[in-house]
Amino acid sequence: MPEAALADFLRSRAEGDLLPWAAQVEGAARSGAGLAEVELAALRAGLLPARYRRNRSTLTVEDQLRLHLSRVGIVGCGGLGGYLVEELARLGVGTLVLVDPDVFEEHNLNRQLLSTPARLGAAKVEVARDRVAEVNPAATVVAHREALSAANGARLLAGCSAVADGLDSVRVRRELAAVCRGLGVPLVHGAIAGWYGQVAVQLPGADLSPLLRETPGGKGIETALGNPAFTPAVVASLQVAEVAKLLLGRGKALAGRVLHLDLLEMRFEELPLG
Amino acid sequence: MKLTVKLFATFRQGRFAEAELELAEGTTLGSLADGLRIPREEIGILMVGGRHAELAHRPAPGDVVAIFPLLGGG
Repeated sequence: MPEAALADFLRSRAEGDLLPWAAQVEGAARSGAGLAEVELAALRAGLLPARYRRNRSTLTVEDQLRLHLSRVGIVGCGGLGGYLVEELARLGVGTLVLVDPDVFEEHNLNRQLLSTPARLGAAKVEVARDRVAEVNPAATVVAHREALSAANGARLLAGCSAVADGLDSVRVRRELAAVCRGLGVPLVHGAIAGWYGQVAVQLPGADLSPLLRETPGGKGIETALGNPAFTPAVVASLQVAEVAKLLLGRGKALAGRVLHLDLLEMRFEELPLG
Repeated sequence: MKLTVKLFATFRQGRFAEAELELAEGTTLGSLADGLRIPREEIGILMVGGRHAELAHRPAPGDVVAIFPLLGGG
């Protein structure tokens, strides 16, 4: 079915400018196109898939189209990464590139959104792929079950409009920041430890390495404090807001500064970076 | 020389949130941390007067030093 005919079909099933999910599925079945292509055709025809109805007023149909056409890298699919995947898929980002070499382990269950007892031992990127397929089948996942490094980073993240940091190592974060600088892709950094977290954006041409001090162990105080359930959810949500702004060219990015969160004293400090 | 030192997150435990300290001129930020028994490898953000600084930096009298722990979890 050519795109014009598909658009006509979708218009015929729209309620106002909202396209119900059932019509999106039927459009895919009739046209032989994937759900992602049907979503693209709908958005191009000015129709909003009804699942995004509550994005309205915050995001326009044009914004939603821009998100659909975006490719976002998520490096690390654990504590931060699970929430990054969930929120970006629900938001309507079209393509998620997931990078993580690990499988779920029992000590992940206290906080990692995608971990469940039934999925212990399963690869995090595969569980994330399944979750996206369940939550938003119109989103496309590219899963890389490997550890990001200076050597493979440019290959894994090529073509991304933005990258979100869900890593658990300061050393690898330095490599990720360098890869993003090399690619000229904005990086939304997040890191956590216990009650504490930090968020910052590295725009092309900038460098957030001062936040990533090189130490012998390459780890922070999370080795002593661990990470509770709520800290990754808070920090990842702030990261997703920054990713959305970068993709849409809206608002004021958390660039040239770092937001430091103390959830115990409930104080947020904004510090200049540089 | 007098310095204002601000500590954040876990560094406050058993120490202080903000204090005015008297230090010998030429003291480095590394020595300041040592004197506060803050392990150097635990330091993340280190700032003097709102600007990023290294451990070898020697603050000037009246400077405000802020020390945050290194956060690396995800």
